[in-house]
Amino acid sequence: METKAFQKIYTKVIQITKATCSLRANGIGYEELAMVNGRLAQVVKIIGDVVTLQVFGGTEGIPTNAEVVFMGKPPVLKVSDDLAGRFFNAFGTPIDGGPEVEGEEREIGGPSVNPVRRKQPSELIATGIAGIDLNNTLVTGQKIPFFADPDQPFNQVMAMVAMRAKADKIILGGMGLTNDDYLFYKNVFENAGALDRIICFVNTTENPPVERLLVPDMALTAAEYFAVDKKQSVLVLLTDMTLYADALSIVSNRMDQIPSKDSMPGSLYSDLAKIYEKAVQFPDGGSITIIAVTTLSSGDITHAIPDNTGYITEGQLFLRKDSDIGKVIVDPFRSLSRLKQLVIGDKTRKDHPQVMNTAIRLYADAALAKTKLENGFDLTDYDERTLKFGKEYSDKLLAIDVNIDIDMMLDTAWGLFAKYFSKAEVAIRSEFMDKYWKGE
Amino acid sequence: MKKEGKQTQGKIAGIIANLVTVEVDGPVSQNEICYIKLADIDLMAEVIKVFEKKVFVQVFESTRGLKVGMDVEFTSAMLEVTLGPGILSRNYDGLQHDLDRMEGVFLKRGDYTQALDYEKLWEYTPLANVGDTVLAGDWLGEVIENVMPHKIMVPFKFEGKFTVKEITAAGQFNVNEVIAVLTDSKNNEVKVTMTQTWPVKIPIKTFKNKPRPFKLLETGVRTIDTMNPIVEGGTGFIPGPFGSGKTVLQHALSKQAEADIVIVAACGERANEVVEIFTEFPELDDPRTGRKLMERTTIIANTSNMPVAAREASVYTAMTIAEYYRSMGLKALLLADSTSRWAQALREMSNRMEELPGQDAFPMDLPAIISNFYSRAGYVYLNNGQTGSITFIGTVSPAGGNLKEPVTESTKKAARCFYALSQQRADSKRYPAVDPIDSYSKYLEYPELQEYLKKNISETWIDKVLDAKNYLLRSKESSEQINILGDDGVPISYHLSFWRGEVIDFVILQQDAFDEIDKRTSLERQKFLLEKVLDICKIDFKFESFDEVNPYFKRIINVLKQMNYSEYESDKFNNYLTELSTIIDERK
Repeated sequence: METKAFQKIYTKVIQITKATCSLRANGIGYEELAMVNGRLAQVVKIIGDVVTLQVFGGTEGIPTNAEVVFMGKPPVLKVSDDLAGRFFNAFGTPIDGGPEVEGEEREIGGPSVNPVRRKQPSELIATGIAGIDLNNTLVTGQKIPFFADPDQPFNQVMAMVAMRAKADKIILGGMGLTNDDYLFYKNVFENAGALDRIICFVNTTENPPVERLLVPDMALTAAEYFAVDKKQSVLVLLTDMTLYADALSIVSNRMDQIPSKDSMPGSLYSDLAKIYEKAVQFPDGGSITIIAVTTLSSGDITHAIPDNTGYITEGQLFLRKDSDIGKVIVDPFRSLSRLKQLVIGDKTRKDHPQVMNTAIRLYADAALAKTKLENGFDLTDYDERTLKFGKEYSDKLLAIDVNIDIDMMLDTAWGLFAKYFSKAEVAIRSEFMDKYWKGE
Repeated sequence: MKKEGKQTQGKIAGIIANLVTVEVDGPVSQNEICYIKLADIDLMAEVIKVFEKKVFVQVFESTRGLKVGMDVEFTSAMLEVTLGPGILSRNYDGLQHDLDRMEGVFLKRGDYTQALDYEKLWEYTPLANVGDTVLAGDWLGEVIENVMPHKIMVPFKFEGKFTVKEITAAGQFNVNEVIAVLTDSKNNEVKVTMTQTWPVKIPIKTFKNKPRPFKLLETGVRTIDTMNPIVEGGTGFIPGPFGSGKTVLQHALSKQAEADIVIVAACGERANEVVEIFTEFPELDDPRTGRKLMERTTIIANTSNMPVAAREASVYTAMTIAEYYRSMGLKALLLADSTSRWAQALREMSNRMEELPGQDAFPMDLPAIISNFYSRAGYVYLNNGQTGSITFIGTVSPAGGNLKEPVTESTKKAARCFYALSQQRADSKRYPAVDPIDSYSKYLEYPELQEYLKKNISETWIDKVLDAKNYLLRSKESSEQINILGDDGVPISYHLSFWRGEVIDFVILQQDAFDEIDKRTSLERQKFLLEKVLDICKIDFKFESFDEVNPYFKRIINVLKQMNYSEYESDKFNNYLTELSTIIDERK
């Protein structure tokens, strides 16, 4: 993004805040890019001849006589097959020492897909993790976040899911990623020999926070190129969306907007929806699936960020440490994949929905029995059995280290049903009972 | 509206996101539509505030690339919809542009497609006669739209009495051809075609009167029909945290409710949910008409990634279309998912205009806007004595699942049925997660509806419903006592009382929306089921110890659930019935 010759240079900045600066200029387009003393900035407000710029790199050290040059276009990404295997910063500049990517310039944050041109998602994404495949089955074209506390291994699980999913391209959008986590992802991708299907846009904690605002749009513009032009199935990983939303609130705050809940901007829902709704299944095979991470503060999902996210995404995955078995599990109560109804019992075995629901119901009974136990009440025989079931179900199916196919998961569940319960207690439709019941 | 004459022009003076200020050279009115001239495309915008020569407009599109000084043309008209045959089975955006007519995979700015097919010929039959005196909304003729009779009416904008001077004989016509000539009191001639326009923010009030609604609207959803019924022309809302099944419930209603036409306003929600409707409705058989469900459905889609300003417009567009069909004497069902997103769109604009915020930064007049909107629903008598109705059910997505937030509270004041979805029920997969104790239907208290239920279901129906609610309440109390005192710390009767409620919950309230048979229960079957379950609740079963209660009731529930999965009165169903009486006899 170099300045070209004969461009008008402005040198009179009239207002500077921590994230924005303003100057007088004419003929400037809304959302146009500019360089402020070599730092990239974007037009966020025009009132008469006063133009306000959001400076991505922060305004530290920007003088009132800074050189401002407008580029006459919104942020763009050059797209071509050469993007594959490359690592970029938030501006789309290579950070892997390789050459600039040549290709067609595309505006990032482009228009939405016409809903009538979408196809209903119907392709299952198998991950081998039963907490996901059995209880919260993922589908191509879906958008789903991990809701996790910062100390949970969400990056590991997400990398595992990415490697096992059969995607043509995996695009990582890292926002506020620690350098260690960035290197972790890089390592996983390299070790899996998957580098040719990987593209990374990374903003680490070493970079200014406002830069993060570009990362999802960069990643999704690349994703749209491969999904629309090349008809590929693309998996986009966005981590951590909470830090993205924090950057939004920094900017809106600097622009004197009235904050709504949890000091987030009033437009948070629309801002997040614009990103997540890029997940799509096209009729001709191309697809964009988004798996994101939203970190919580001590499990609070009523905070504006996870709350708005939950209303936008098609479910959410919760990780929890199960102290009974000493492993991290995918919490079956709080996790949900809304699109699973499109594939379970249809692309998977017919008994899948009922087995899934029954196992969760019995696991809920186990949780009740556990509460009774903790409160010092006597347990009935049924309570005792649910407790044992709960522990084994957690260990054999919910734990994230499980890696088996879906039929195997179902058979395992049937095995546990027969081991601990009577037919009446399990109460699944008789046609499935007759076929799969493993007891007498 | 303002006087005819030279159109007002303006130039852009400022831009903040989709709020644009325009300096104008002439008169403008509030809510007037204008077009911003951006190179070769026009972007539609609506006036939302006027301050001397400065006009604030909300742009229904992305404002990327707009510059100060660009031309703006005002239209003198408010946001209007085009009404006429051919609205059914279309997929519109929030401004009634036909999504299927748009080119390409992505939505292009300024790609405004027409709402109706102007080429298509309709088989027209006149209904009025020369010499008839008619008012706005009176029926002049009829065409068949898919399978529905579609009335051609005196345009709603016509004021006063008119006389039919000419009426076109039956034949095939397109929507723009003249089908009648009317004369007003001063003998001026006006021509009427099959199409007219109407501003969405103004209610269509061409009916004679609007009585209190009294007819049950059957939905096939037991927790609604049996426990908290909604009526034809009634209003209801479904608040619930995410994941509690709002959309699944709304989809069930749209597929099953006894309405003539269904209008779904997907307002700021997920695109894949709209795609589900696009995909399923054209395939779903409609038991009422023997055709496909899509043929009597219209979808207004403004998904969450589509422009925010059009989100507000989308619910009004949907309501106006519903009013149009109500004027034809049809039963319209209008579903909006979710009205919270509409309120949020209002908040975003109010915020950008730097208005003083109310609670949670929502605009101060939010409660008034919501109750105004709900009041447009209703059951009406038309001038010709026929009836029509709009039943409106909106969902609300309360922030953090907390029902004490402005949108939920404002809606509670406006809507008469409250279907509270509970996180706790959703967590334990008790779907539909409508809380039986918090939810209510004010209509149950209407003597008009009580009369109707007595006549159409049974004399004692309401008593039975109240009985069931009572059992549920006692069950909840018993369950709390058991949790505090322990299983053996309470008398066996507490366990019995707890499990009676569980039978009602598992067998009547819970319903599998994805099961071919269970998803829709006829009123007759609901009557049978409630009576059966209440009979069981009334029996004073004998138990020696508390731990016999749980397995025994689970057996009862299991058989009743298997019954719910079987065809009504089939052999399988009757076998379960026999099995049930055997189990009951064990402990009588």
